[in-house]
Formats: sequence, structure tokens, C-alpha cells
Amino acid sequence: MPPVKELHVNGAARPVDADPARMLLSVLRDDLGLTGAKYGCGEAHCGACTVLLDGRAVRSCTTRVESAAGKKVSTIEGLAVGEKLHAIQEAYIAVGAMQCGYCIPGMIMSALALLTKNPEPTRDEII
Amino acid sequence: MNAPTLDELAIDPERYELLDALFNAEATRRDFFRIAGAGVIVALFLETEVVAQPKGGPVPREIGAWIHIGEDNAITVYSGKVEIGQNIRTSLAQVVAEELHSPVKSIRMVMADTAMVPFDAGTFGSRTTPAMMPQLRRAAAAAREVLLDLAAGKGKTERDKLTVADGKVAGPDGKPSFTFGQLTKGQKVMKVIPATVATTPANKWTVVGTSVPKVDGRAFVTGTHQYGSDVRRKGMLFGKVLRAPAFGAKLTSVDVKAAEAKPGLTVVRTGDFVGVVGPTEYEAMKGLALVKAEWANPPKQVGAKELFKHLKETGRAGKGGFGGGGVAQGSIEMGIKAADKTVKETYTLAYIAHVPLEPRVAVAEWEGDKVTVWTGTQRPFGVRGDVANALGVTQDKVRVIVPDMGSGYGGKHNVDAAIEAARLAKATGKPVRVAFTREEEFTWAYFRPAAVIEVNAGAKKDGTLTAWEFANYNAGGSGLRMPYAVANVKTNTYSSQTPLRQGAYRALASTGNNFARESVMDELAHAIGMDPLEFRFKNLKDARLKAVLEAAAKQFGWGKKPDAGRGFGLACGTEKGSFVATCAEIAFDKAKKDVRVIRAVTAFECGAILNPDHLKNQVEGCVMMGLGGALFEQIDFADGKILNPDFANYPLPRFRDTPILETVLLDRKDLDSAGAGETPIIGIAPAVGNAIFAATGVRLRSMPMIPNGLEVK
Ligand code: FES
Repeated sequence: MPPVKELHVNGAARPVDADPARMLLSVLRDDLGLTGAKYGCGEAHCGACTVLLDGRAVRSCTTRVESAAGKKVSTIEGLAVGEKLHAIQEAYIAVGAMQCGYCIPGMIMSALALLTKNPEPTRDEII
Repeated sequence: MNAPTLDELAIDPERYELLDALFNAEATRRDFFRIAGAGVIVALFLETEVVAQPKGGPVPREIGAWIHIGEDNAITVYSGKVEIGQNIRTSLAQVVAEELHSPVKSIRMVMADTAMVPFDAGTFGSRTTPAMMPQLRRAAAAAREVLLDLAAGKGKTERDKLTVADGKVAGPDGKPSFTFGQLTKGQKVMKVIPATVATTPANKWTVVGTSVPKVDGRAFVTGTHQYGSDVRRKGMLFGKVLRAPAFGAKLTSVDVKAAEAKPGLTVVRTGDFVGVVGPTEYEAMKGLALVKAEWANPPKQVGAKELFKHLKETGRAGKGGFGGGGVAQGSIEMGIKAADKTVKETYTLAYIAHVPLEPRVAVAEWEGDKVTVWTGTQRPFGVRGDVANALGVTQDKVRVIVPDMGSGYGGKHNVDAAIEAARLAKATGKPVRVAFTREEEFTWAYFRPAAVIEVNAGAKKDGTLTAWEFANYNAGGSGLRMPYAVANVKTNTYSSQTPLRQGAYRALASTGNNFARESVMDELAHAIGMDPLEFRFKNLKDARLKAVLEAAAKQFGWGKKPDAGRGFGLACGTEKGSFVATCAEIAFDKAKKDVRVIRAVTAFECGAILNPDHLKNQVEGCVMMGLGGALFEQIDFADGKILNPDFANYPLPRFRDTPILETVLLDRKDLDSAGAGETPIIGIAPAVGNAIFAATGVRLRSMPMIPNGLEVK
């Protein structure tokens, strides 16, 4: 299979040269230097690697990079506009909802996907 | 790497604090200025007497921390502590800001870089707050005095007319006024101070004791915070290491030809260590899959099924308990005779994993005969020694830099990835990164010790405790000490042969010991027909423990009747100078065989509070982490294999498991601050167990309590 040559990440076309079977998480982190999404389990369980594909939250640790080709990839690095943080980021800071912070980018991207679809979720919908 | 032998597996879980030798390099004044540049340096000498130091000569060996104030006004703190999510970058900066009357944001923390900071044994045992914090307070207070001296000289002003505020030293009416940088410009002042300098008392604090937001908050939410796993070096390659199929399995033959034939891959083999290095992790992983290894059958090994019998059979009496706490007083026999009701039961505790969300990771880079390793560990200087030993170099050739970690929980004392990365980097001549997969982290780290705990206790109808015999096999003596008054008491620990590699875990053995003790207290209370809270108060002498119990019970509303299908339970405990009490409410669904923890109220007291918001974080984090071990976490293993090394088979608390969490913090400004990262974990398991008993009449004596739900006939 031919390598993936380009990804659309955070509004820009980024050249890559990646084996299509590699996982999106590794290409984002290792080839594009976007280390905000994290590896926690590699089995789609923890959510630390969550990014958006065409607005939908996906676990990038189990998403083959070929399936991201031609789609819009959004990562935590693209969320703030210049110095201005997104409301979700502001909210996390305001209530200090982090300890080591390692999973926070994944949590924020999951929250973003949920709130975009459903701006007023119930507790049950959140958990 | 070869699988560890049984002997190597037996890391004594509670002796880890003694592992390290003292700092082995003689720092000189020149070294300090080379690292920090011109300015004022205050180094805190850990001995109480200051020895006159020859100018420019070596500084004392026992430096705990040092602070530099540069020409650019920057205040830089050098400390060997690591940031694991306990947010000491913020709390320690608060302490320095307080004494130097400067904004928190003007303070930079340089942490855990063995080439830059004084020796530190490691970040564990709740020691940062009681040990490092007072040192930094004193160093900062001394730095303030030096700045006053400099300003008095420079402004030709009387020293006692000057005040320090907002990063400046100024006279009355703001004249003269100097920034710190103006005072330290061109200076090479070094002051070595004893550990006894006076500091601001807690009741005068204005910065410490307030909820200063986390200094890295913005970096966390923008994804820019750099963890060990984010370190990227120019030309960096990725390494994967061949793992044994079971502990103790010996490599008999290995064929690496197919992997070597792949372009771009390097195979490294020394003895039983086989690693594959490639341009991406994917290629290294595929290369490793091509390595054909044959392993001799590992020896027969104890598994989870035989575990508790094995721990009991192999137990040898500790010398008074290797974690301390072993005592014998009065006569158990007499105490049991004097009791109206007795409880003689065995409690057990499974092995569990720490599960830091960031698995072990390291990047190593050689320059000539020197290697730098970036890795996440709670023992930077210890890992420096480990790497030096493994690579056959002296420690001065190894620099360990610890970027902030995606948590540790006592589970990152050793880091095999650091040694592996250093080996692979040496062989390839390039920087190499080794990152454990979750399965490797589950298998090749170490576990919280499993335990068998035997209790034999009695009480009179009026609530008087008469006998308390308590023995812990394998896990250790933390939390062994009996906080309740009882005339006849005997506590002991036994060390057993451990089938799995085991080591420190948040709060050590006190989680298990507290679970057994507080459950048996509940058993006794029910046996004599006394309210569990009243029974505890009757036997408690410690005013601080009573105070948290009172606070938790009040907030919870102890005494009211639970709704049908619900149950209330409580527990308390003390460890490492701090005090916790937890009340829990559970709901039992008989048809679904399901127990939910609905609400958990925790009262906590650890002396003077440094940062209430962060303290609340620690308490809540402990309760959530403790719920996992209380309800369902356990390592399943047989014949040297971990059978559930992934999140699909090792359940952890999720959002849906989160109860309503309420935290009551008791601030004791009159007392020294103790650490808070561990003790709040010890109350939740017994509180939940006691609540389950209240709701169902079933007493659960094993942690985890309900790995498969709860069936009640
Ligand atoms: S890393 Fe855990 S879900 Fe992807």
C-alpha cells in the first residue's frame, strides 16, 4: 500500500510520509511533533490519545493513519485561537481540573466533541 | 533483558528510602555560578552548624536545595524533587514567594536534573512537604536577608528602614528602590546557611495557605506541557526490547537474521538483552516480531490461586516489623478471655498495579563517553546509579533529567527503560527512545504487595477493647500501629516469598492494614451492638484523629437512617503525620448483583495547609484511586505470566464509578505541614466495606471486595 503523503491537521495541509498501517497517534507525535495527544494504553480504552476526525472524537492510538487521510484532523494544539483559549480550556483552568495533566488534552478533545453535538449533556450522557 | 530471578524480585517494599548513597560529587562555588550565572546564591546546608568555608572552595556536601537570584530578576530554585502531579512546582514556589515577597510567577523551579540540582534520595513517602518545604523556606528567608544587606550598602540606607515587597527592596516612601536584579547584578555572592534560619510563621502567611492556581495549568490545557514521553532529540531512533514470555524464562537461542536484513533496522544483542532499533516505533516493533527467540520452560511458579496460602507458609517474622509498628504488650489470651465478643478473621489483599497513565519511557543520548537520559522516575539519582552500573561507567558520566511525569504513585522508583535506551543509544550512536507499552508497564514494572492479614480481637459490651492481635504477611508495617487504646496488643509483620516483583505504592501497606483494622472494628461494634462511631470514640485517645472523625461524621450526617438498599460505613486512620476519616454511602442492587458507591465524605488534616485547592485535589485523587483497589483492581497471574495486562481486563475507576465526593479540610496553622499525597487513600476501602455490610449483612474481607459484583442469596 502506498504511504500516506499528506494530513490535514488543525486547518493546514501537512506533508508526511507514513506507512498507512501506522497509527495516527504515532504520526502526529513522532512525525509532526504534535505531542499534545498522549499514549496511555494503545487499546482505545483510556482516551488520552483522543483527537477529532471531521469533528468526531476518535482514539488515535487505534486509528490507522490511512483512515485519517483526506479528513480534517483536530488536535489540542489547534484549539486555542492565538493567545485566546477555548472555553473548555478556560473551564479546566478555572476549576483546576488536573493533577499531572497527562490526560487533559484527551479529556478536552472528548469534551469538545460531546459539547459540539450536545451542548447541554446530562450526567449520564457525560459518563 | 533477561527476566529477573526470584531473588531480584524480592524488593523489600518498605526499605526503599535507604537505598541511596549520598551525593558523590564535590560541588564548588564555581560550579554553582557556572550553572546559574552571576547573582546571589543561597544554598541550604543541611547540618545545623555552619563550618567556615574557604573562599571559592568546596561547599558542604549536604546541600538540600539552593536558590539563585539573577541579574534579570529571575528567582530560580534548584531541587532534586520531581513533579508527578502533586503540583509541587506550585506549592514549593509559593513557599519561596512567601519569604521573598515576590509573585509566584517570578519563580522558576529547576527540578530533578542530576547535573543541576543537589542530591535527593527521591520523591516518595510524603516527604516533600515536611522535608523540602522547610528547607526552601529557610533558603528563601536567607536570600531575602542578603538582598537587604546589598540594598543597604548600595543605597547607603539604614538596613532596618528597608522593606522587601513585590520583588523589590525599597526604603520609606519608595526611596531608594531596587529590583532584585539591580542588587544582584555583577555579584557572585554565595551564602551557605544552616538549617535553622528563622522563617515566617504560618499565621502570618499571605501566599502560602492560599489556593494559588497550578503554575502549569495553561500548558496542561494547551497540550504543550513536556513530559518524558514528549522528549524528541535530533536524529532520534525508536527501540523495542525482546521480553521473556514468563518471569524466570531463560533465553536459549535467538535468530536475528530476518530483522537485521530489514533496511533501517539495527539489532542489538548483549547476552540475553535483545533490542531492535528503527526509524519509527512501528518499524522497530515489526523488526522485533521477526526475531526468533527460544526460551527454556520457566520454573513452576505460584499463581494468584495459591497466593495467600503461599504467603502464609513462607512468612518469616520480621524484626519487630520491617516497616515498624511491631509491638507486644499485655496478654492476648487474657484480653480475649475478658472480652464479651471476639472476632478472629483473615483478611487478604491482592497484588495491584500502579497504572500511571504515562508508562515508563526514556530517551538516551551519548556524547563521547557521557550519556544523558531523559526519563520519568521518582528516584533521579538512583536511576543515575542504575544506568551507570548497567553500562559500566562511573556516575559522573551519567546525567538523568526528569521531565514532569504522567503520574507515578510510588511505581516509578526503578526505570528499566532508562537502561535499555542507554544500551541501544550506545550501540547505534544515535539518541534512542524506549517507551513501554501498557502491557510492558503492567508486566515489567512492579506491584503493590499482596498480603494476608490475621486479626484476633475482643471487646466488652460497654465498648472497651480488650485484645488486639494483628499480623501482616508480606505487605509491611505501615499503618500497623494501633491508634485505639487497648491493654493487650500484639502486632507484627512477616516477610514472605513474593512470586511477583513488588515495591512501594501510594501509602504502602497502610491501605491494607487500615482496611483490616477498620473492618474488624466495625465487626466488633456490630457484635456488641454499639454504633461504629460511638465505639471508635470510646477507644480513641488521639485528639487529631478524633477531630477528623467528628468532622467527617458531621458533614456526612452520621446517625440518620439509610434508604432501602443503601448502607453507610465509616473508617479512620493516621499515617505519616496526617489524619483521615471517610464516610461512605453505597447502593446495592440485588437483582443486578451490583454495588455502587454513591457518596464519599472525607475529612483530612495534615497540619498547616499550603494550598487548599491542591490539597482537595490530592484527597479526591486518593479516594478515587483507593476505590479501584477497594472494589475491583487485582493482578491475575499464573506460572510467571500476568494474565490481565491491559485496560480491557484490569478495570480502573471510571467517571461512571465516581461517587459524590465531599472533602472537609482541617487547617491547623499551629502545626507543621505534613505530606498529603498518600494518607487520604487509606479510609475509603474500609468505609465502603462497612457500608456494604450495613446494606447487605455480608462482610467482605478481601481487597478487591467485589471484582465480580456481589451476590446475596
Ligand atoms: S492511548 Fe488509551 S485510548 Fe488511545
